[in-house]
Amino acid sequence: MSSLKYAGDTPSSPVPAAAPFDALNYGRSPMQQARRRLAKDRLAMIGLIFLGLVAAISLLAPLLAPHDPIETNLSQRLVPPGTPGYLLGADDLGRDILSRLIWGGRISLLIGFSAVLVAMVAGVLIGLVAGYFGGRLDALIMRLVDVLMAFPALLLAITIVASLGPGLRNSMLAVSIVGIPFYVRIVRGSVLSLREQEFSHAARLTGATHLRILARHILPNSLAPLIIASTLDVGFFIMAAAGLSFLGLGAQPPTAEWGVMLSQGRQFIRNAPHLSIVPGMAIFLVVLALNLVGDGLRDALDPRLQE
Amino acid sequence: MTRYVAQRVLSLIPVLLGVTLLVFLVMQLAPGDPAQIILGPKATETSLAQLRRELGLDQPLHIQYGRWLSRVVQGDWGRSIQLKREVLPFVLDRFRNSAYLMLLAMLLACAVGVPVGVWSAIRQYSLGDRLGMVTVVMGFSIPIFWLGIILQIVFGLQLGILPVSGLQSPGQTGVPDLLKHLILPALTLATGATALIARMTRSSMLEVIRQDYVRTARAKGLNERLTINRHALKNALIPIVTIIGLQVGYLLGGDILVELVFTYPGLGLAMVNGILARDFPLVQGAILLVASSYVLVNLLVDLAYAYLDPRIRYEQS
Repeated sequence: MSSLKYAGDTPSSPVPAAAPFDALNYGRSPMQQARRRLAKDRLAMIGLIFLGLVAAISLLAPLLAPHDPIETNLSQRLVPPGTPGYLLGADDLGRDILSRLIWGGRISLLIGFSAVLVAMVAGVLIGLVAGYFGGRLDALIMRLVDVLMAFPALLLAITIVASLGPGLRNSMLAVSIVGIPFYVRIVRGSVLSLREQEFSHAARLTGATHLRILARHILPNSLAPLIIASTLDVGFFIMAAAGLSFLGLGAQPPTAEWGVMLSQGRQFIRNAPHLSIVPGMAIFLVVLALNLVGDGLRDALDPRLQE
Repeated sequence: MTRYVAQRVLSLIPVLLGVTLLVFLVMQLAPGDPAQIILGPKATETSLAQLRRELGLDQPLHIQYGRWLSRVVQGDWGRSIQLKREVLPFVLDRFRNSAYLMLLAMLLACAVGVPVGVWSAIRQYSLGDRLGMVTVVMGFSIPIFWLGIILQIVFGLQLGILPVSGLQSPGQTGVPDLLKHLILPALTLATGATALIARMTRSSMLEVIRQDYVRTARAKGLNERLTINRHALKNALIPIVTIIGLQVGYLLGGDILVELVFTYPGLGLAMVNGILARDFPLVQGAILLVASSYVLVNLLVDLAYAYLDPRIRYEQS
């Protein structure tokens, strides 16, 4: 662990101490320093490697999956894990659980990352505009944000799906919309403080346009909290989307999606508990890995946020 | 304080109006014609048109919203299509069941989360602290619908010591039986909240332990237990109140999943069934009730926060 990580962390120092001279980090950019700190965080690295593995398996699903994920084979109905050809067993229609798991990883990762991307892009644009221009527009946007945040996250997602109708695409859209207000708040907050900083004034004095100031001076300086929030959100969104499928409001059978697998497997917990245990474990491990990486990134990007 | 309370209560009005507007619009956007849903596929054009007129569906949206809102305020939340009964008494009744579950989960989460966080903070970087914090990350990474199923398998099916579904056993009405049914769902629901409360308590405690007044307390020879309990924890509790309040949102959402897993007759289960059956008056009522109670809880948390920390109310008023 680098000395910087513990700066100001001793009980005796009342204020966070300035970073002591650090020969290792001397002359390195903040991003390089952050990368070094992250590389030293063992849990975050384990999470990152695991995620890389899951992503690779998902990408190579057509090559790796031993069976078609939705092909039924009633002769193999509910066979237990370890059956030759069916490493993780088969479900009530004789579909190979391993193949469904591998294909399901694609959907879950896709939902998680694309929903965060949509929420972040929309939230960042709205937050930049609200924070930078202020005034009535800002007031209106923030009231809307307040209303959206007056709903518990999962309830809002359910409300949106109830309106658009159940389905994979609508549940993806729903979790993205749920994420937007959080990004608006993060970005607006940092814009409010950044636009009064000297470098923003200086840029304005040199005649830079609003767009240039936002894109070149303000946005790059609000990146750290965005990166941290988005990493943690990927996990949350994956869990929320799986939850919606579990409720019957997201992806629909026979899609090989982890929430759907769990919801269908639940009917067989007496004689085939592996149908529920396996897909849930997959969601758990992926979300855990994302949270470990998110925590690591938070510590690496902003040592002051260290608990 | 009175002024602050008045201010906060007033600021609630636009939010609540926004919530009702959103709930109203969302249900308007929903595909399908309510008249068709009520009368079924065999209805004639004339009877459909007549029902649309009776329901006010031929009016412009803002008038429909105004009428709907005035009915909602007067306690007329419409009739459930599926259950053929008034929505408001039904959702209130179901909400009571959900409230039992959430209250118990919240108690569990606070009773475990706060002590674990304090314990971890005063032993920062010890093995126990590290293990505790890894467990915490696991706690909020675990999908609660899966955790519920695992608990059902272990305690219900393998060990056979706890009921895995429902609110009461047939023919039973007593509190002990109710509690027995609540244990597994409440444990499931409490897990994520416990983890987050423990984590926040720890970081809040770490913040406070570094303060001058804690050093002073130690320097004057006060024993460690008193320093922690009387000086540190009391101040650390202020942000913890907010975190506990935030968990209510998590519980209200998670509750829906937990109710489905345990077939627990609460509002969440009714809501999901309503959505699948396209029973929009019921869904609308359920969402409205949950969202407005969340808004109220947030208000109470803010007020508690201002009461505990006078700086807040001076800054904001």
